[in-house]
Amino acid sequence: MLQSCETRSAWTANDAPVADAETIVSSHTAVNDEYRHLVLRAGRPATLAAPGQFFHLLCPASSEDKPYLRRPMSTYKADPEAGTLEFLYKVAGLGTRALATLKPGDPFRVLGPLGVGFTLDDGWRHIVVLGRGVGLATLAPLAEAAARKGIGVTAILSARRPDLIMSADRFGAIGADVRPVLDTDGSSAPENVREILAGLAREGRADAIFTCGSNRLFRLAKDFARETGIAGQVALEQQMACGIGMCFCCVRKFEVDGELVDKRVCWDGPVFDLKEATSW
Amino acid sequence: MVTAVSSPAGSSVSLAVDVGGLRLANPVMPASGTFAEGLDKVMDLNRLGAFVTKTITREFRAGNPVPRVCETTEGLINSIGIPSKGLDYFRDNVVPFYGAFSPPLVVSISAPTVDDFAAMARDLTVAGVAAIEANISCPNIEEDGRSFAMEPRLTETVTAAMRKATPLPLWVKLTPNTGDIVAVARAAEAGGADAVVVANTILAMRIDTETFRPKLGNVLGGLSGPAVKPIALRMVYQCADKLTIPVIGCGGIATPEDAVEFMLAGARAVQVGTTTFVRPTAMIDVIEGLSAFCARRGIADVNELVGAVVDGNTAPEEAEAVL
Repeated sequence: MLQSCETRSAWTANDAPVADAETIVSSHTAVNDEYRHLVLRAGRPATLAAPGQFFHLLCPASSEDKPYLRRPMSTYKADPEAGTLEFLYKVAGLGTRALATLKPGDPFRVLGPLGVGFTLDDGWRHIVVLGRGVGLATLAPLAEAAARKGIGVTAILSARRPDLIMSADRFGAIGADVRPVLDTDGSSAPENVREILAGLAREGRADAIFTCGSNRLFRLAKDFARETGIAGQVALEQQMACGIGMCFCCVRKFEVDGELVDKRVCWDGPVFDLKEATSW
Repeated sequence: MVTAVSSPAGSSVSLAVDVGGLRLANPVMPASGTFAEGLDKVMDLNRLGAFVTKTITREFRAGNPVPRVCETTEGLINSIGIPSKGLDYFRDNVVPFYGAFSPPLVVSISAPTVDDFAAMARDLTVAGVAAIEANISCPNIEEDGRSFAMEPRLTETVTAAMRKATPLPLWVKLTPNTGDIVAVARAAEAGGADAVVVANTILAMRIDTETFRPKLGNVLGGLSGPAVKPIALRMVYQCADKLTIPVIGCGGIATPEDAVEFMLAGARAVQVGTTTFVRPTAMIDVIEGLSAFCARRGIADVNELVGAVVDGNTAPEEAEAVL
């Protein structure tokens, strides 16, 4: 029934139900001067979101900001037992400024869960997640899913300065080997990150690599996966209008059989094979 | 995967309309380019009056560079560039998908020349396709890139060529980017169209004041959404007054009241487009709201709304009956 997109059949999350659900803001706090943490009371299917899936958020209009379109945002945490759905975001423009005005008790409409999330292979024993900034929010649920499957996780968390390392506690809580790398001490430099990756590969602790949030880290991960022959996935962003594959606004270029082809980030992704994804 | 749609309250209002050779269960359908299989995950597609596909072309088309869309006040500007997997893919894969549903399938087509438009209409005259909607707002390579629907002469020529090529109901979608849309609409009727869709997006642009660059990869795009509604409504009113074939209203329709307004102006049916991007179940809300509106006003048949605007042409006793 989804014949317009052959790639989806390879994944598991495609046929999960989707709803435009009314949720209630349960808390909304500043994590630091850049990031905000939004917790919603939500029902199913929203709380069944798989790691890497996203929601299309109907941001409220404020007196200053009136976003017309929804805003896509990846899931930070979805807990069907607790009935909660969480997002971690950086206030960066019109949509997120409007989003930041939400207060506890406010109703809030979210369409989802949408898109194709991360895939974990049963044969993997140890994976590496490599992210920066708010991209780490997308990788946190993946690391937790890996831990539940008994897969070890090394989390390389990149940030400008120590207080901007997101979610180190969540990676730590699952027993991940957490490796912060920072701009302030130079440890986030590509050559250093590459050295960390090479070490993990030598130790046999890199069966697959996952990345999100930085073009520089994406290129590093893609090169590393190609050189070592391991699998890899990347969660991508793109400006969207509909979020469900209809408008073709959110295309990016992908390498398929030696050709560059357009794929829709909302429908074919937002998680893609590192081999196909291209630099942005 | 029906999760967000409730069934309508039991009402005796008849919503069925006859539009350009098709009998529709209700007058609400998607606008081309804002509808695809993905919506099946969010709502019951069988509730719609008809399906209208994204415009297809004969050959594969990649589409325009990103950004393909930008927001503006109460609407958006898009320049997607008609990405298309081509006619054969569409016939073999997309047409069968919609065969599993009851609403008729209207296929939107585009082509660079008169002959190509006719050949597309001919080649889509297949089982499963209920009507053709010709998107003649695209550039015509035989006329220095001007769109067919900018001029009555070109509109009549291309419509007549398609008319000869297919027995299917033929809808012609007009552009608002023309000096005299009534003349163009009359030309479509003269060429043999069964209905006209009024109208497509309005040519527009935005510039980023930080980067000094246009906000669209293609520089210019088409404005849609509630921002264009009064303009589209005016065009429907003008065209409906001069045509004998039905007018399908399209432009910024977001609510049941918008649909009522377009029908009062003379539209026999309406297309809901951009709003679906913001509220994916908007078409269901419009259908249910239309029914509720008629029930509240004691209107038994939605067709009674068509062209019922009280204006200078209305007889005094008719005007009084409305109040």
